Amino acid sequence: MSGTRTNTSLRPNLAVEVAGIAMKNPVMPASGTFGYGEEYAPFLDLNNLGAIVTKGLSLKPKAGNPTPRIAETTSGMLNAIGLQNVGIDVFIKHKMPFLRETNTPVIANFFGNTLDEYGEVARRLSEIPELAGVELNISCPNVKQGGIVFGTDPQAAHQVVRVVREQLDKPLIVKLTPNVTDITVIARAVEEAGADAISCINTLTGMSIDVRTRKPKIANRTGGLSGPAIRPIAVRLVHQVVQAVKVPVVGVGGIMCADDALEFLIVGASAVQVGTANFIDPTAMQTIIDGLENFCVAHNISDIRQLIGSLEL
Amino acid sequence: MKNFKTIILSNQEISPGYFRMRILVPGISQQVRPGQFLMFRVQLSLPPLLRRPFGIFQTGFLEPDCDGLPPKEFLEMVYKVVGSGTKMMSELHGGDRVEILGPLGRGFDTDVPGQEKILIGGGIGLVPLYLLADELLQKNHHVRLLMGGRTRQDIIAVTEFERLGVETYVSTEDGSLGEEGLITQVLERKLTKFPDAAVYACGPMPMLEAVQRICAGHKVPLQVSLEALMACGVGACLGCVVKGAGHSEATPSYLCTCKAGPVFKAEQLDWQQMQQSDGYCEGCKS
Repeated sequence: MSGTRTNTSLRPNLAVEVAGIAMKNPVMPASGTFGYGEEYAPFLDLNNLGAIVTKGLSLKPKAGNPTPRIAETTSGMLNAIGLQNVGIDVFIKHKMPFLRETNTPVIANFFGNTLDEYGEVARRLSEIPELAGVELNISCPNVKQGGIVFGTDPQAAHQVVRVVREQLDKPLIVKLTPNVTDITVIARAVEEAGADAISCINTLTGMSIDVRTRKPKIANRTGGLSGPAIRPIAVRLVHQVVQAVKVPVVGVGGIMCADDALEFLIVGASAVQVGTANFIDPTAMQTIIDGLENFCVAHNISDIRQLIGSLEL
Repeated sequence: MKNFKTIILSNQEISPGYFRMRILVPGISQQVRPGQFLMFRVQLSLPPLLRRPFGIFQTGFLEPDCDGLPPKEFLEMVYKVVGSGTKMMSELHGGDRVEILGPLGRGFDTDVPGQEKILIGGGIGLVPLYLLADELLQKNHHVRLLMGGRTRQDIIAVTEFERLGVETYVSTEDGSLGEEGLITQVLERKLTKFPDAAVYACGPMPMLEAVQRICAGHKVPLQVSLEALMACGVGACLGCVVKGAGHSEATPSYLCTCKAGPVFKAEQLDWQQMQQSDGYCEGCKS
């Protein structure tokens, strides 16, 4: 555990850099699983995180989907929240003041309904000096607009990243969906359009049925599958994307513990996002950060960057 | 509000399918407000993946042992076995390790004017009403409990309310205990007799909807405690929302059951479109 060791000079360096954003360690929450940070402040010192990624923001507040919105599946959960969020004005007025108090980089995740709207939100986010960067969501499986239509077609993905890039003078991370035939095509398209980094994966579209009522367990019929069930798929896709692009990749998908995070780093992710695990254990990210440090100590690794892309084939 | 690993002190079946679990909770029992809940991790390894929300039935201190240590704080949950998660819980024993997050959510408002307080519980919905009854009695209110269930097996812990000094009325749908029929009939009669009463309710959604109609008809204040599917319990996942009053396509209003609730004033909610599916209380069903 950090802080319990007496000889601090032996502590490994966990710091990484993603798209020019310096992070104390490679661990940050996945958008939509950590609210706007304040929800988890009672359980976790936000200053210890590599970065904070907000719930996806849109130009106007968004109410989200009808209920039921979630269902548990074997080692996973389906959700179709529908990008419910407070909107950018409320975010700036009521959520940023809290986030500003931490010394952790804040990354705002966002989406739009149209190309113009994506550009407009990007422009508004550019005006927030305390934001370290933004994460562009082109991968939400649960709403028609504001996501997956842009994320499943290479031309559309290229176009939306271009529009956002023009409006934005901050590091731009683009979050990709796994619900495509070849993720590397999309990855290359967004890199070419100006993405500074890629995060993957968003949830996998899934469905679950209540056999007694014969109805889908969530009102939206389908939802995004997350949790440890999807981790092997995520590791494989991150591995493929890392081979396909030069920009850094942030690995996301079913990370529950430090070893899970290490899998992503070893295949080449520069950092990781923790999602569903936050719901199960609000202190999960701290446990993972401590676990990464312990792993480095136990394996004589002085700098965690030595592990990134260290896959032996 | 805290997340911690602790141990079970006891876990007993109190009626067929209903269990009462006592957990050691150093330092938090005094923070619990009537109507609050906790997120319970069934076991520290998988599955099930998600925690389950449970109402807090009671808190207290154990008589000190002869070990010179201060009295141990505990809280109790009463739960019904309805699915795989609660089945696993029912198989836990004293000494087993569990993890809990709580106390969470907004509890009952006990500063409602008027002397007469009517508590109405359906089945497992009785759980959050015990601490409420206790607090109302301490504030010198007159407390009546109307307790309904399908059969006598669904009537739990009523004698404990009686021991507190609560006047209790029981009904079962099959007539196996108390009056035959729905407990809402009893509510209708009581409100005719005590038109200035305030009502607190927890139970299945059809019961809550009937209670809401009756209370609105008698123009008495009502607070309800809801259950919902929940992943996080702290307002982050947005999975547990209910429609608020004035909800429409154009002006949507969703309230988090975990953060804005689980206790709501009836006027906060949109009773026309509660839109809860059959599995709405999956949070404790699975």
